[in-house]
Amino acid sequence: MLDAPSTHITSVFAPASTSARAIYDLSLFVLAVTAVIFVIVGSLLLYSIVRFRHRAADAGREPAQVYGSTQIELAWTVIPVLIVVVLFLATARVIHGIQDAPKPPTAVEVIAIGHQFWWEFRYPKLGIVTANELHIPVSDPPRSVPTYLTLLSADTDHSFWIPELAGKTDLIPNRVNEMWMDPQRTGVFLGQCAQYCGTQHAKMLLRVVVDSAEDFEAWTRTQRLSAPQDHEVMAGRRVFETTACMNCHAVGGTAANGLFGPDLTHLMSRHTIASGAAENTRENLRLWIENPEALKPGSLMPAMKLTDAELDALVRYLETLR
Amino acid sequence: MTTFAAPLAERPPAWNLPDRGRVGMACLIVAESAIFTIFVVAYLFYVGKSLSGPTPRDVLETPIFYTICLLSSSLTIHLAARFLERGESRTFLIWWLLTIVLGGLFMYGTGQEWYRLIYEHGLTISTNLFGTTYYSLVGLHASHVTAGLVMLCTVLVFGLAGRVGRSHSRRIDVLSLYWHFVDAVWVIVFTVVYVIGR
Amino acid sequence: MSSPATAIRQTEVLDQPWVETLHQWVTTVDHKRVGILYILYALVFLVIGGIEAVTIRIQLMSPHNDFVSPQVFNRMFTMHGTTMIFFVAMPILFGFGNYLVPLMIGARDMAFPRLNAFSFWLSALSGFLLYFSFLGGSGLYGAGSAPDMGWWAYAPLAARAFSPGSSADYWTIAVLVSGFGSIGTAVNLIATILCMRCPGMTLGRMPLLSWLYLTMSGLALIGITPLSAAQLMLLVDRYLGGHFFDTQAGGSATLWMHFFWIFGHPEVYILVIPAFAFISEIIPVFSRKPIFGYPVMVAATVCIAFVSMSVWAHHMFTIGMNSYANSFFAITTMAVGVPTGIKIFNWLGTMWGGRIQFKTPMLFSIAFLFQFLIAGLTGIIQAAVPFDWQLSLSYFVVAHFHYVIVGGILFALFAAFYYWYPKVTGRMLSERLGKLHFWLFVIGFHLCFDVMHIPGLLGMPRRIYTYEPGRGWDTLNLIVTIGAFIQGIAVLVFLWNLIVSCWKGAEAGNDPWDAWTLEWSVSSPPPAYNFASIPRVASRRPLWDRKHPEDPDSRYE
Repeated sequence: MLDAPSTHITSVFAPASTSARAIYDLSLFVLAVTAVIFVIVGSLLLYSIVRFRHRAADAGREPAQVYGSTQIELAWTVIPVLIVVVLFLATARVIHGIQDAPKPPTAVEVIAIGHQFWWEFRYPKLGIVTANELHIPVSDPPRSVPTYLTLLSADTDHSFWIPELAGKTDLIPNRVNEMWMDPQRTGVFLGQCAQYCGTQHAKMLLRVVVDSAEDFEAWTRTQRLSAPQDHEVMAGRRVFETTACMNCHAVGGTAANGLFGPDLTHLMSRHTIASGAAENTRENLRLWIENPEALKPGSLMPAMKLTDAELDALVRYLETLR
Repeated sequence: MTTFAAPLAERPPAWNLPDRGRVGMACLIVAESAIFTIFVVAYLFYVGKSLSGPTPRDVLETPIFYTICLLSSSLTIHLAARFLERGESRTFLIWWLLTIVLGGLFMYGTGQEWYRLIYEHGLTISTNLFGTTYYSLVGLHASHVTAGLVMLCTVLVFGLAGRVGRSHSRRIDVLSLYWHFVDAVWVIVFTVVYVIGR
Repeated sequence: MSSPATAIRQTEVLDQPWVETLHQWVTTVDHKRVGILYILYALVFLVIGGIEAVTIRIQLMSPHNDFVSPQVFNRMFTMHGTTMIFFVAMPILFGFGNYLVPLMIGARDMAFPRLNAFSFWLSALSGFLLYFSFLGGSGLYGAGSAPDMGWWAYAPLAARAFSPGSSADYWTIAVLVSGFGSIGTAVNLIATILCMRCPGMTLGRMPLLSWLYLTMSGLALIGITPLSAAQLMLLVDRYLGGHFFDTQAGGSATLWMHFFWIFGHPEVYILVIPAFAFISEIIPVFSRKPIFGYPVMVAATVCIAFVSMSVWAHHMFTIGMNSYANSFFAITTMAVGVPTGIKIFNWLGTMWGGRIQFKTPMLFSIAFLFQFLIAGLTGIIQAAVPFDWQLSLSYFVVAHFHYVIVGGILFALFAAFYYWYPKVTGRMLSERLGKLHFWLFVIGFHLCFDVMHIPGLLGMPRRIYTYEPGRGWDTLNLIVTIGAFIQGIAVLVFLWNLIVSCWKGAEAGNDPWDAWTLEWSVSSPPPAYNFASIPRVASRRPLWDRKHPEDPDSRYE
């Protein structure tokens, strides 16, 4: 279904935001400490199995029976305790630094609502509703424009994870969680749902597009517009509005205002469909509507058993939703 | 080949270990306490969080009389056990029967309260969070009282057939440990439901 | 050297019809037979759980693979986790405890033999109940299906709304019932250890295995029961319309998480403490020295048990707890690493200055030390909470806990098998096959689980039935799958060794390893009554005292 994509590595060791960077710095410290412990203890182990192996000359004699040593026990209790104190202090600093960071007035506010198996994004102050692909402005140091996400869930547990931009935070029904990201460079950042949420947990992909300030401005302007009225695709629009599509989906400026599925007003502005399960091409779109099970078996979108003519008209209509 | 006896001249020191019945029952009590703790935590967590429906203040009536019944049954079972230790089987049976009656009264009281809650106030286990947590916690306790009553009645039957004597004292002790536990749990449940939760 | 008792018993066995033998085994209350039943039962489920694992790995070895559908895959990982924890690890560890504890403390049987048998059959039934879900799980819909909500059964995924049919109920009831069986055995072990030690065996003189099983059983009493309570609540939700975890009625999904992990974390200590017990008995014998720091080992274990009750929310660092809660669980998690590290140092101290014999039990024990060290360190790494916001729910965690359970617990179990098989059967396992098993397994294990950390660091979440190409996960997953296959072959070698050595193994005699605890003082296999006369002991190593009357341990303790 998907064209061979270019390689897109999302390593936790390639931070692109201040919180991811703080995590990265902490991780290096912790890894260094544990690596040293491993080398020391591992070497002692290795040494002991070489140096104290049973040799033929030893046959019949037992080594000195040593029962313990209070000093040694004290030493290897106190030192680990000190290591724990140091690690904890380093950890606590970053916990508070990230979780208790004050929200600046320039922050972009997004409400993310997890669904089985797609993401709903609302920008309350900008009047935008979209799905699966999140656009946020870059936040270079002089002009800090972090994005603050309020995380909710419409059904079961999910988790929002973009490794290069932040640690993950869960979306839990009947609970309000918050997180923030301040990407330091533009680009596309990938991630996906990390908390098992049902059959298609694996294809609840995330795509975060970090725009420059101007591009973000332009994007919000087009996203605020209602769908254009195009008379050439009236046939398709009629199919949409009479064969139950509008029960689940919304298209701004029309009668369709369903909330169960993604908002389709600007469907064509997205790179993928079905929350990343397939690229947004005409063939995939047609296949997705005709038979969702082919692209994402177990997704909650039903096949509406449309005729070929209805399908073609419908796809033509959807392609006008830019 | 398998003995490591001390020299014959010495008498080996006395070797006294705890009674396994008591240890076993103590372990069971610890495990059951953990289960009850979780139900109590859930109850306390959900106090005041019901979205609708009757609240504890609206519908609960403090069951003072039936609580006194249950708690005094701890006294009666203790007395019964002491009489059995001294071999006075008939007196044991009387106090044992009294324990069962008091426990039975408590169950009757619980049943009466539930009847009132369900039919007069419409509070069931599925009504709201209060209903769920209340019936679960009180019900869990009531099921343990029931299990205890079944065991007490079994002993009563054997006792009436003349088969319970001083030699069974240890086992009666272990059983009464369970009964004391059930009463102690009621103290907690009572406090949580009728005092704190309101 | 076969004692007359053994010879007579063998004659008895040969003469009776197989139905009689079967009946004896089914109705047994002998702790040794109950122990063997537990172990055989667990080995069957080890193979089944292993098949589920291999299915998962085949599906994941390349992106967009379609070896199994997402529905089947989700059942596979749910059943694999549930099976391995509840129907392999718990029964096999209780099985070893059942067999060894009375023998090692000089008792004739457990405190409550009938409860013992009852607990086994309860656990056995529950395993079959869980697997019956493959047939009966979809309830009304006819075709069966196993549970697919993950072995944690998180709310609200486990609620009727999201898990229709009965598959979730099979999980709930099977695991609930097996929990009761576990609690029964825990009660039995505690009562046995506290009340049935032979004369002279004070608490300070009993084998470390006994101390550790005592601790593990105490932890089981308060660790398993929270899950039982939560499962009762889940049943109330699913069957009586309750709202314990019903977010639509104001219920809390995180409450289930807290209850589950208040069980879940002590559970892994319940599993690992018996592994520590085996290692603590085996390393001294093959280093030819007593355990270094016996009192500290006891104290550290008890300390671990207590602290382990306070770390549970380190499985929940991503759910949005406030910074103070996160910090609390960070420090308790790091703290529990201290007594655990002390134990590793003490085992090292036991080997230090010894005369190490590299028989198969010792090979597995040494590998355990290296691997458990690494597993513990990756645990500390995840205790650095902000880093855990990246690592949690990814393949890094999957690699970490398999490192503990396979690299730690399973290796310790293999060591225990090779060490005590001679006592149970009277025959030695083949050293040749043992070494083949060991090296194959070590290679497969490291290929699989060392590499598995990396996709996690590259953003691969867990519990996904497929993934996109081009994320850098493809080759790594293939290598992991190959490692899984190699481990599978190694396990088959092991099972073959177990079977073949019953007939072809060298006769073991009472004490093939020149060891020092009481079980080596009786014949192999032991007579039904264990000891002709109850022993009296004067030190922690009664057989050392007997073999070295000029220099008994009792002089130094």
